[in-house]
Amino acid sequence: MSEPVELRIQTVEGQRVLATDTAPAGARLVDDFTPSLIDVGAHHLCPGCGEPIAMRSVLETIEELGVIRRAIGVFGIGCYTAFSNNLDCEVAQALHGRAPSVATGIKRAKPDTVVFTIQGDGDMVNEGLQEVIHAAARGERITCVMLNNGVFGETGGHITATTVLGQRTKNTLDGRDGREHGYPIRLSNMLADLDGVAFVGRCAVNNAGNVARTRKMLQRAFEAQVNDEGFSFVEILTMCPTGWFIDTQDAPDYLTDNLAATHTLGVVKDVATA
Amino acid sequence: MSAELLEGSPAIAEAMIAAGCRFFAGYPMTPFTELLEHMAKRLPEVGGSCVNAESELEAVGMAWGAATTGMRAATGSTGQGLSLMQESIAEAAMAQLPLVIVNMARAQGDYFQATRGGGHGDYRTPVLAPMDVAEATVLVQRAFHLADEWRNPVLLFGDYYIAHTYSSVDIQRIDFGPVAPKDWGLDGSSSGSGNARLVSPLGDTKQRDDVGYDLADFYRRAAEMTSAMVDGIERLVEVVDCDDADLVVVAFGTAGKYVRYAVAQLRAEGHRVGIVRPISLFPFPDQAVRDAAAGARLVAVYENNQGQMVDDVRLALEGAVPTRFIGGLSLDTSGFGIAPDFDVDVLRRRIQGVLDDIGGAA
Repeated sequence: MSEPVELRIQTVEGQRVLATDTAPAGARLVDDFTPSLIDVGAHHLCPGCGEPIAMRSVLETIEELGVIRRAIGVFGIGCYTAFSNNLDCEVAQALHGRAPSVATGIKRAKPDTVVFTIQGDGDMVNEGLQEVIHAAARGERITCVMLNNGVFGETGGHITATTVLGQRTKNTLDGRDGREHGYPIRLSNMLADLDGVAFVGRCAVNNAGNVARTRKMLQRAFEAQVNDEGFSFVEILTMCPTGWFIDTQDAPDYLTDNLAATHTLGVVKDVATA
Repeated sequence: MSAELLEGSPAIAEAMIAAGCRFFAGYPMTPFTELLEHMAKRLPEVGGSCVNAESELEAVGMAWGAATTGMRAATGSTGQGLSLMQESIAEAAMAQLPLVIVNMARAQGDYFQATRGGGHGDYRTPVLAPMDVAEATVLVQRAFHLADEWRNPVLLFGDYYIAHTYSSVDIQRIDFGPVAPKDWGLDGSSSGSGNARLVSPLGDTKQRDDVGYDLADFYRRAAEMTSAMVDGIERLVEVVDCDDADLVVVAFGTAGKYVRYAVAQLRAEGHRVGIVRPISLFPFPDQAVRDAAAGARLVAVYENNQGQMVDDVRLALEGAVPTRFIGGLSLDTSGFGIAPDFDVDVLRRRIQGVLDDIGGAA
């Protein structure tokens, strides 16, 4: 038996191929599970981060729905902003908190497009809360996706409006105390109460079952947009072991025990089944 | 369209629509409100869209979004509202977005906000300042052209008078010449093509074999484009009776129209006085100011503020001619109405006072 060889995939003139310096003679790429809307599969996010899984789920959903050539993403500012220029999806990069308005302008100008936003909890619930609430109330035909890890990951682990009670962050060293730091906002529940909203779901990417449920919710959310039903919203709980100050392998369980205990998983609203 | 009597706000709205603007978003604020009203009424009639935004932050964000598709898009407000928009205006300039922003200002205290920009970072925004409704209907169309030509936000600096004066106008689409096709505009069609479009203040290229933006290269190219824009945009200015003038008065916008009238009266009475009226506030018509003042003994600057454009006049003159500020704040604290300062007799007395000081021959 020959020595194991580490195979590396690289992008050459837009095509993903095996790196010739590592490929043994005669090796070829027999299958590629990379969603076609991903340009460069590599990222510089931390090990154990949930955002790449969430991002991939969004892109797979768009591909499955067959609306690739109509898709436009609007990105907020956070760790996930790193994806905004390595996708093969049209992207408008927005300011922190402002993605729903930018998405509104795009959708109004080009009604046949499929427009989604990618924002974190800091971007959406702290900086730009009124943006998503008003976009939802207008029934804007867009799909907003919140990657909720309950912490400002990019700045290094600071309290956001969704941080759960008791969670330690760099500016709540003894844990979030409701009396001192206020209480977490459950955005999905707030949005579900608004007329104009077709679908709201909260899911997570901390295990295979939850990833599958995330894909289902995303599919329903994008369908709601394509079918002109109204505003749709998917909140995806993602792991942030770096910002939670825990070991990488503990993050999936930590998500279940902490984040998901406050931000409970499930479909919050669906006009199709109401 | 033939000439018709229109109030300033609907006249500007019609000119924007004639220029091809099909998206507008705004939040009511005096004296900007009527422009929003008219766009809300008219845009749906021509296949466009107007959104009554929840605040100026969202209004500029929506216009940003529409502009990323290549559609001619605009927003506007009054100075305070533009303060809220500054982050987006600054980043829209970095994202190379053609966007038109109308400031129906209260008096002229927003000169620095307009010409320096209240936002962060290394950017500039061209500013056009009409003196009346008719000029506004031309300049707002030029604003769309400049925005497309240079892929940069452009400001129109209006005011209460321009918003609310009725004037006979004949609004036609003005052809300012060709602009490059907007092949960068988002419509979803390039997704999955292997070369999907990207409109971002962080960069406009993808690194095919790596991740992240090449900010150094992007900022360098952005600086080159800004520099080309500043050098390339035609300076607009009106110069009257300055060839033999002992005193040159500089004023812009509505104030410029009043001062022009007062100067014409004084000139008719034999005073050697002329006026320079900058129409493009940025880039500032430096050379025209220098040339007009070449033989003058003094340059006086009238503005309806505490003295802002006077800085640009001094920079243009580089100390060649003494410069004096003769303007002042509107005494109407709201800035909405007719200030005592905006009275031809008052303006005449101020200019006459300078003429007396320099001993100009009557």
